Amino acid sequence: MSAVQETVAQVRAIDVDQYKYGFVTDIESEKAPKGLSEDTVRYISAKKGEPEWMLAWRLDAYRRWLGLQEPTWARVSYPQIDFQDYYYFAQPKRAPQSVDEIDPEILKTYEKLGIPLRERDALLGIEGASGSRVAVDAVFDSVSVATTFKAELAKAGVIFCSISEALREHPDLVRQYLGSVVPASDNFYATLNAAVFSDGSFVYVPKGVRCPMELSTYFRINERNTGQFERTLIIADEGAYVSYLEGCTAPQRDENQLHAAVVELVALKDAEIKYSTVQNWYPGDKDGKGGIYNFVTKRGDCRGDNSKISWTQVETGSAITWKYPSCILRGDNSRGEFYSIAISNGHQQVDSGTKMVHLGKNTSSRIISKGISAGRSNNTYRGLVSAHRKATGARNFTNCDSLLIGDTCGAHTVPYMEAKNASAVFEHEATTSKISDDQLFYCLQRGLSQEEAVALIVNGFVRDVLQQLPMEFAVEAQKLIAVSLEGSVG
Amino acid sequence: MLEIKNLHARIGDKEIIKGLDLTIPAGEVHAIMGPNGSGKSTLSYVLSGKPGYEVTQGSVTFLGEDLLALSADQRAAAGIFLAFQYPVEVPGVANMTFLRSALNAQRRTRGEEEISTPDFLRLVKEKAPLLGISQEMLRRGVNVGFSGGEKKRNEILQMALLEPKLCVLDEADSGLDIDALKVVADGVNGLRAADRAFLVITHYQRLLDYIVPDVVHVFAAGRIVRTGGKELALELEETGYAAYSQDAA
Repeated sequence: MSAVQETVAQVRAIDVDQYKYGFVTDIESEKAPKGLSEDTVRYISAKKGEPEWMLAWRLDAYRRWLGLQEPTWARVSYPQIDFQDYYYFAQPKRAPQSVDEIDPEILKTYEKLGIPLRERDALLGIEGASGSRVAVDAVFDSVSVATTFKAELAKAGVIFCSISEALREHPDLVRQYLGSVVPASDNFYATLNAAVFSDGSFVYVPKGVRCPMELSTYFRINERNTGQFERTLIIADEGAYVSYLEGCTAPQRDENQLHAAVVELVALKDAEIKYSTVQNWYPGDKDGKGGIYNFVTKRGDCRGDNSKISWTQVETGSAITWKYPSCILRGDNSRGEFYSIAISNGHQQVDSGTKMVHLGKNTSSRIISKGISAGRSNNTYRGLVSAHRKATGARNFTNCDSLLIGDTCGAHTVPYMEAKNASAVFEHEATTSKISDDQLFYCLQRGLSQEEAVALIVNGFVRDVLQQLPMEFAVEAQKLIAVSLEGSVG
Repeated sequence: MLEIKNLHARIGDKEIIKGLDLTIPAGEVHAIMGPNGSGKSTLSYVLSGKPGYEVTQGSVTFLGEDLLALSADQRAAAGIFLAFQYPVEVPGVANMTFLRSALNAQRRTRGEEEISTPDFLRLVKEKAPLLGISQEMLRRGVNVGFSGGEKKRNEILQMALLEPKLCVLDEADSGLDIDALKVVADGVNGLRAADRAFLVITHYQRLLDYIVPDVVHVFAAGRIVRTGGKELALELEETGYAAYSQDAA
């Protein structure tokens, strides 16, 4: 049996059920009635005590959504989603006022996930490991349960809180920016999100401030049949800098859970936003049963001159991933970056990529995408690079590499390019390779086991992207890559 | 150290090794010479356990153990090292990382403790310059962008770090100019030891001027057809392999 055949055999034998975050927390929760209607939208808005304009915005989105069709252009297939079969809002019954009041069960959940919510623990845990600190906003089902280091961030003038709280405390800021990058009418899922989004994180970094610590949000879906629709809004004012990390897990369930998030980033003049995601939703079992449907709209607007937005994502989970973190390069000399590692195994389907829309003068963008497919999965890179008529001097470099493990998986690359300005320079490089028997044998002969060998080769393959992650998460991501290919490879 | 008895091996339906006997005691350097396509490289793959090579008959005992019962990585940990004729590129994996992963994997398999980072760095710093391997080459991806000579020297560096018991060198001289050949040969000679044996596979006598063998075997049509001292290599240089090929046929 050749080495690759053996790998394939191991992939078949893979027990995707070993997903280690697949536990359920037993807490009482309060849910909106099942299904989607104007009443659901009103219920959510009322629960959150939102201002009138917010409810109007939601209802407008809901009415618009009723007339929209689910998009079918992505290379993913799944049974028709019954949007009436989900709960659109769930919150733990005991609403916490501070970290000390959080239901101990929820605290335990986050501890299991390795996310310390108590600042004391955060200081001990995360600072001990890496020498830097991370402020965390934890979202449990539909609501934000805790945000750490708030006081210290406030000293620097940084606002980091749940979006519900931001609506209460800073309504003008929210109103000014919400929907300004991803309008409520943007697409089927973004419109749905606008109608029913429950919570998410809000970040505002004022003029000239360099955010003193990494900001992080941790999303956890716990309730059965619950959709999670979070909305994140990050604004870096002139000359500001912020680095933000998002992590996600969900329990193991037979039903498919729905996740349709929207993330909006706004970078004003000379500002920089670095947004990293480590996505590890439950991918479904070995027969492709269950798992998260992940339909996400993420977009950054380089609104001011010399601004910069950088997306880094490590995608290992979800049954279906439909996600295209994009940059609108509006300001002159602005820069957009997209670094992605997408790993699919078992029956996972990934259709992910980016859009770089060059509008301003001398804008530049860089796309590095690494797709790894194993098992019976399909992994598609879909990207658009466009230069507007007035985008003189636009530059893009794209590199899309795909790595196949075994011969029952697929890798697909769908790049679109539109240059309407003759001075635009777009470069595109793409490779598709398999881990060769020769590479594996070379490693085995040096004493590495089959699993160690594949992990080493895969880590080499994704190295350019791992280097873009904040230090403390790069290590995490590296482990995650090994875990998600476990059984198939190592 | 190594005892091969009546070995038969094939790839697919094609029998390549047909009744090979070979004994290599510890401390000796044995050369196997033979024409292209006679199955010399196959022997190196069979010994190191490359998937796809099937042993149909015979036995291989290594340090008293049944070698054929071990997987490729177990054989490596047991002390078998193959210097490849064509070293493989592993992009993105720094040479240094690869060396350390390999060394630690072998140590783990043998139930030993992993080497500490400072100790490992010291070890590399000591061995790399002897083979003319720069810091820059250690940082680059394994064999990526290396010249033919650099790849071969990198193989010998791995050998020096892993300290195997039996070193199999498959055409260690192919693609090397005379200066590079000397560096590789010096590296190999520096590793000669009473508890280590070498199996040098080559079809040119030239390499054996620098790595002087104790025993020379002539390999043709799947087995050893003649065995002698180092002078046999010189004789082959004169007469060529033609006579042996006919014999074997």
